[in-house]
Amino acid sequence: MTPALHHYLAVSAVLFSLGMLGILTRRNAVNVLMGVELVLNSANLNLVAFSRFGSGNLQGQLFAVFVIVIAAAEVAVALAIVLTLYRLRRTPNLDEADILRG
Amino acid sequence: MSAEAAVFYLFAAITVLSGAVVVLARSLIYSAFALLFTFFGVAGLYVLLGADFLAATQLLIYVGGILVLLLFGVMLTHKLYDLDLRSEVTQFVPGVIVAAGLALILASPVTWPVDLRGLVFRTQWLAGAGRPPAPTTSDIGQLFMGAYLLPFEAASILLLVALMGAAMIVRRRKDA
Repeated sequence: MTPALHHYLAVSAVLFSLGMLGILTRRNAVNVLMGVELVLNSANLNLVAFSRFGSGNLQGQLFAVFVIVIAAAEVAVALAIVLTLYRLRRTPNLDEADILRG
Repeated sequence: MSAEAAVFYLFAAITVLSGAVVVLARSLIYSAFALLFTFFGVAGLYVLLGADFLAATQLLIYVGGILVLLLFGVMLTHKLYDLDLRSEVTQFVPGVIVAAGLALILASPVTWPVDLRGLVFRTQWLAGAGRPPAPTTSDIGQLFMGAYLLPFEAASILLLVALMGAAMIVRRRKDA
């Protein structure tokens, strides 16, 4: 038995659920970002798996490269926001960032 | 069980288990280092899928760049004498219910006593010819410089803007 498409998709689905659990339950902003990274990685795994087992062209892998680029940009900007929040409120916790709440 | 299946299950186990550690660990440092193993496992799966260039990119950018950036984030948002970098959990039970429900809907392996397989196993995927494992770097380079030149350039501008934006956001203002 060689691993087929649905094996990779199952791994990716579990990874996505774990990432979402992290996003939903963590208070620390950096930890939430780690959850976002898990979600992006699972999406990438899907793209590469479809590229391998689908029509056989490389477009899935190209999309995965773009997802990695977006992830790098996202982490840089998000960490800048987290650092500014920490400087402002002395906390990395997201639920204490309620300055805009009326 | 073939060698490929054994390697697949090894990397899948590394990915999923260390992903669980990322989400469930009490300490931020443990989470960050478990994330290293998750990225490594995903890179191994890329190799199994014949994406050699992407596996190298994954290791270089995720492990070498994003993970180091996240560790900087951990260090800079805590005081240096803060030895136990704890991360509290909020609304844990609803989160687990939602995530587990999603995982079961997508990839539930149950077939007995009733057929409750997830969407991943239930769907008849349109299987094409597939791509036999072959070096991809040259082809990817050709595509980036050819058919996908515009998105490639847009990505470079996005990276530049993100870099400038991040530096701009964390800049200390003189009047503040």
